[in-house]
Amino acid sequence: MNTNMDIQIEAMPVPVKTKEQLRASLDGKAIDPDQFNSIIEAVVTEYERTRIEACEAVGIVAAQSIGEPGTQMTMRTFHYAGVAEINVTLGLPRLIEIMDARKEPSTPTMTIYLKPEYRGNRDRAREVSWQIEAAPLHEFADITTDMENMQVVIQLIIAQCEKRKISPATIMENAPKKIRERRHYRDFDHASDEGKAQILFFPKDKESYQNLFQLADHVRNVIVQGINDIVRVVVRKEGEEYVLYTEGSNLKDVFEVEGVDVTRTRSNNISEAADILGIEAARNAIIHEALSTLNEQGIHVDVRHLMLVADMMCMDGEVKQIGRHGIAGEKESVLSRAAFEVTVNHLLDAAIANEVDELNGVTENIIVGQPIQLGTGDVKLIAKPRLQV
Amino acid sequence: MPSPKRIGKIEFGLFSPKEIRKMSVRKIIWADTYDEDGFPYPQGLMDLNLGVIDPGLRCKTCDQKAADCPGHFGHIELAKPVIHVGYTRLIRKLLRVTCRACSRLLLPPTEIEKVLSTEEESGQDVLTEKDIKKEQICPHCGEQQYKINFEKPTTFSEVWMEGNRKMEHKLTPADIRARLERVPDEDLRALGINPVVARPEWTILTVLPVPPVTMRPSIILENGQRSEDDLTHKLVDIIRINQRFKENQDAGAPQLIIEDLWELLQYHVTTYLDNEVAGCPPARHRSGRPLKTLSQRLKGKEGRFRGSLSGKRVNFSARTVISPDPNISVREVGIPLACANEMTVPVRVTPFNMAEVRQFILNGPDRKDVNGPCGANYVIRPDNRRLRLSDTNLQTVVDMIEPSWTVERQLRDGDVVLFNRQPSLHRMSIMAHKTKVMQGKTFRLNPAVCPPYNADFDGDEMNLHVPQTEEAMAEAHILLAVHENILSPRFGGPIIGGIHDHVSGIFMLTHEMRWFAKRDVLYLLGSLDIVHLPEPGKVENGVPFWSNKQVFSLILPDDLNMVFRASSCQNCPQCKEEVCDRDAYVKIIDGQLVSGTIDKKAIGAFDGQILHRIIRQYGMERSADFIDAMTKLAIRSIMLDGFSFGIDDEDLSKTEYGQIKEVLDSAAHDVRTRIKIFEEGALEPMPGRTEEETLEMQIMQVMGKARDRTGEIAGRHLGLENSAVVMAVSGARGSMLNLTQMAGCIGQQSVRGERIMRGYDERTLPHFKRRDRGAEAHGFIKNSYKSGLSPTEFFFHAIGGREGLVDTAVRTSQSGYLQRRMINALQDLKVAYDGTVRTTGGRIIQFLYGEDGTDPAKSSYGNPVDVKGIVESVLKEEAQ
Repeated sequence: MNTNMDIQIEAMPVPVKTKEQLRASLDGKAIDPDQFNSIIEAVVTEYERTRIEACEAVGIVAAQSIGEPGTQMTMRTFHYAGVAEINVTLGLPRLIEIMDARKEPSTPTMTIYLKPEYRGNRDRAREVSWQIEAAPLHEFADITTDMENMQVVIQLIIAQCEKRKISPATIMENAPKKIRERRHYRDFDHASDEGKAQILFFPKDKESYQNLFQLADHVRNVIVQGINDIVRVVVRKEGEEYVLYTEGSNLKDVFEVEGVDVTRTRSNNISEAADILGIEAARNAIIHEALSTLNEQGIHVDVRHLMLVADMMCMDGEVKQIGRHGIAGEKESVLSRAAFEVTVNHLLDAAIANEVDELNGVTENIIVGQPIQLGTGDVKLIAKPRLQV
Repeated sequence: MPSPKRIGKIEFGLFSPKEIRKMSVRKIIWADTYDEDGFPYPQGLMDLNLGVIDPGLRCKTCDQKAADCPGHFGHIELAKPVIHVGYTRLIRKLLRVTCRACSRLLLPPTEIEKVLSTEEESGQDVLTEKDIKKEQICPHCGEQQYKINFEKPTTFSEVWMEGNRKMEHKLTPADIRARLERVPDEDLRALGINPVVARPEWTILTVLPVPPVTMRPSIILENGQRSEDDLTHKLVDIIRINQRFKENQDAGAPQLIIEDLWELLQYHVTTYLDNEVAGCPPARHRSGRPLKTLSQRLKGKEGRFRGSLSGKRVNFSARTVISPDPNISVREVGIPLACANEMTVPVRVTPFNMAEVRQFILNGPDRKDVNGPCGANYVIRPDNRRLRLSDTNLQTVVDMIEPSWTVERQLRDGDVVLFNRQPSLHRMSIMAHKTKVMQGKTFRLNPAVCPPYNADFDGDEMNLHVPQTEEAMAEAHILLAVHENILSPRFGGPIIGGIHDHVSGIFMLTHEMRWFAKRDVLYLLGSLDIVHLPEPGKVENGVPFWSNKQVFSLILPDDLNMVFRASSCQNCPQCKEEVCDRDAYVKIIDGQLVSGTIDKKAIGAFDGQILHRIIRQYGMERSADFIDAMTKLAIRSIMLDGFSFGIDDEDLSKTEYGQIKEVLDSAAHDVRTRIKIFEEGALEPMPGRTEEETLEMQIMQVMGKARDRTGEIAGRHLGLENSAVVMAVSGARGSMLNLTQMAGCIGQQSVRGERIMRGYDERTLPHFKRRDRGAEAHGFIKNSYKSGLSPTEFFFHAIGGREGLVDTAVRTSQSGYLQRRMINALQDLKVAYDGTVRTTGGRIIQFLYGEDGTDPAKSSYGNPVDVKGIVESVLKEEAQ
């Protein structure tokens, strides 16, 4: 292949992907100009032949293409995807979850990519993970409940603090504050001793053992480092770089963490993606999640079908469910809605609002017994043969 | 026949009492239906003015016979108004947002105007109960408002405080109606109600329309008794109570009795409209079965909407069991003679086909032989009257026939029919085949078309439809034909191709090098349309021999060039290409198979590479021909050697059994030591898991590995002379795992991905000690299917098997519902002429379909252009 050919490839009226494929397959091969020309010609002809035709019922084809392999998918809810330590919902239940546009998936997880300075080294990656994984106070300290003096004694373990890159002072400052703010428990006082790395907590009611134990419980479990919703972080090597997998998802807070590559990090919580990153991100998340769910099961479905579903779900600027409370329930046509679910209520409501069914869609026209406006039914051109003389 | 008229739109609204009376043809006052002579009572529920159902009688309103009369509505004058159950929520809302004295909206006039003016723009915002402040005083007349209490199903009352006492006053439907009547039109508009078609007081019924008898026909049982429709039963109740109510009212009965009757009338009207209202006992038939009233008729899968309007019954269809026939083309379907004789195609008589049509009629309706000429069953006269043909009237009909008549001709070879198998999950579930009339009573199809239908022959039935118009036939022929559907729009690969024995057969034919004498070559090619044999590959002692690859090459297009790896390819780090040990490097140059074995990857459904390449470069028709030739060749080659599998094919030698036992024993030992470590508390848990979970995961891993080891041992003994291995390697059916389980060891049984844990107190079965964590106690099966299972193993196997069955049952219903929802959400999308994707209402969903405008069905596994294929066919060498 020579530069002249490269220029010719560049000038072809085909997508970039096809040009790249062409270059890859011609790379390093001896081709004479005749062969090259016939290849170029064949590629262009084939590209023109694969254009979609007008009036094609792409929606139905997409729905069938995703729905049909559903019967082949497993029901088994939990399975380990990639990382043995983290459970992820897979198979049909996950697909249903995506199409339902649930606010919270049953197993929220994130894949966190790191900035170049952190991604190459396991220890550097661990450092970031400490900032993300929610760690309760008892992981950093020995906690004893002193019933005699009615207090909870926290003796910080300096080694542990150093290992997880957090200064004892920060813990001392954060612990009482977080108990008040995050756990909404205020009936206590505290005193900290920096020198001894010790914190003392006293319940307000000195007479009540119940309060003391309650306080001890709050103290033990208060999250002093990391992000609340993220229960666990696993560091894994993916090709050349280290990647963090989490159990639990919180895009907003993770983006604030130093070292996180904000451009590649993703969550499997679609509505969270929509809130934090916007509707286009949600659309891409739907496509990515649905495609990986299907591929994990060994089912090959063209992306274009999933794109169509995602575009339909995100059409109005918010993620809408496929079903009664989303797209199907908000259709304009009364008959179409009545034929889907909750038949009678739709008819009664239509009557008082004086709704008019324009009979544009498929179901409506099937119901009244007319040709539908898709495919061959959509062609309105009538050829009148010239009269024979 | 086709009507050029289209229904433009359908408008919904409420009937006013005036309209009900106007459309009524008869006031109904008698609860009785028929008199002793079986004649309908005048002004009864079966009044002849409402339409007729008995043959012979004529409708008194339209003077038509039962078949033509559409039926006419009557009406019942209710003694007092009653509430329509469907609108109780609307009534509650209206009572709460309007004044009890002046019936204006409880909002200052300025705010009402504001709502009305904004509504013009958005058209969406409607006032709800929440928009009305807990206003106690009407801003229009200053009246004190009371709280409205609603009790299901139809009771409304006003509640207020008088001093410290809580006062409650029940509102009768008449009171409510009076209040709703006074609500001004502008206020209703603000609430999203169009007062022109739906005045709120019309939701309180004063007149009840009586549906025509055609809508509630009575049926006559074998004993001559009439059995009335559920709706008629309910109407009888309503009229009876209504009459009693009127009598009591006229006689001036005490208030208490009147109220009781009013409530009873309300109950009957409520259940007449909807018999599943919450807080209301359903009305029952004498037998105790709840009545199916109006609302129940519309609802649900078998209801009017989903059962009768969205899905319709058709004529010209047939259904029977299917069976395989590898000798017919994939484009054909074998039809039993009995079916072909019954099903017809209409042929319009013209001056040009008179002779042919006359012959159809003369042949009569009774074709005796599969190869016999087809006859006709009916002729249709220009006035649309049908004449059934029988042996006696053939000659008279032939003489009468002239252009403008239509003759219904029987099916014959080559007609286009639609073939379908439920569940119709994708568009390839209905395809058009060419008919072939055959002996027997089943539909015959080529096994290669099983994958798109997902059919097998264990008793499956399929449906067949005969298109009745030229348009339908043309559409079926051009769009639905089998060869147009070889590529699946799901992933852009072939969905029709070799399965099971086709794959085994072609694998055995093409694997490594074999030489056939002329006799065998002719046997293999006997059923194909090959006229000339190629030059023999070698001649020994003057006897010509042809290689297996030469034989296969005969069915390939002459200038096909491609290189790929077969499914038996092990992905070696350094590919040996032509000299591959497994003969997995497939190279086809100029239509000649140079090296490699043809298997599932080459000709199988879903991933047949050769199929795919032929479709792209030679078109659909050529690939259908290739599939036909390939299946025939495969069947012949599997018959040449014979192919069977028996119990002794699972036999291993003594050494292997010893090795297997060794592997299982060491695995059991390994598990025991791990349990010991765990019990001593010395087990290092995996991050985020408890020690117990870690132990379980380790045991699962150990047992899994042990099973795989036995498989390897068994696999070493069993080679390509074993049929199961041939099937597994070629990809025809089964895997090495199945073989492992048959010959080696079945392995760990699991429930929800874990070892079997449930059962008795701290043990799975009474055969084991409590708290035994060992492999056997939790569902590990040492035996193979060949050696047979021990009683406990058998039980564990049944547990694991049951989970699979439940899984399948749950999955089908769930994925069915998902698909229904998706179809409903996406069905109105189409590609517009400008390349955008729009709903039929015109909303744009995508500006360019799939971001590149490529049709997935025409794409090459998603790529707009099959670059590899084009480069390979031009350069004749492997491309990236």
